[in-house]
Amino acid sequence: MGILNERDRASVTEELGKLAGPVKLIVFSQALGSEYCIETERLVREVAECSDKVAVEIYNLHIDREKAAAYGVDRVPAVVVEGARDYGIRFFGIPMGYEFTNLIDGMLVASSGEPRLSPETLERLKGLTEPLHIQVFSTPT
Amino acid sequence: MRLAHHLAVASDLIRGDCIEATEFPDLAQRYMVMAVPKTVVNERVSFEGAVPEAEFVDAVLRAVNGTGADR
Repeated sequence: MGILNERDRASVTEELGKLAGPVKLIVFSQALGSEYCIETERLVREVAECSDKVAVEIYNLHIDREKAAAYGVDRVPAVVVEGARDYGIRFFGIPMGYEFTNLIDGMLVASSGEPRLSPETLERLKGLTEPLHIQVFSTPT
Repeated sequence: MRLAHHLAVASDLIRGDCIEATEFPDLAQRYMVMAVPKTVVNERVSFEGAVPEAEFVDAVLRAVNGTGADR
């Protein structure tokens, strides 16, 4: 039994048909004791099965420390959505429910590298000189 | 959440984390997450609720424009 049912798979396959280029889902997990990590790995693999443009890499936070540091990941489960490069899209916790929609949307925007933002927003970002770390908290439902 | 990720793609200086609050109670507690979505920027600016793009960008940029008071 998968996490995604047949109908979910059909709709994910349709959505991922819009991918503009390859996307990598990089999962940081840990071997023991975390149901959330196991579920996240399963979910990400099932999503990847819906498109040949999606690749999956799985790392262990405690073993693959250099990778974790390179991606700025310090807790699990974490999913990095990478397109042509790492744009800074992260999910912490299993991306289910409401977050699942955001995972798919994150994959689409990472695949194109073209954010859907107003011209005014893009103009304002040009003035940015310092790093911004945006953390958005949500719940599954 | 969508906005944070699109902003991250738009600028190399921006990273957007989507955090599942119930799985990370330590973070939820640290940032006093009482309602979702709650957005925290550079640990300086925070706001609750889903807001329109212009308002979101206003709040996010407040974190680096020196007037980082929470509202």
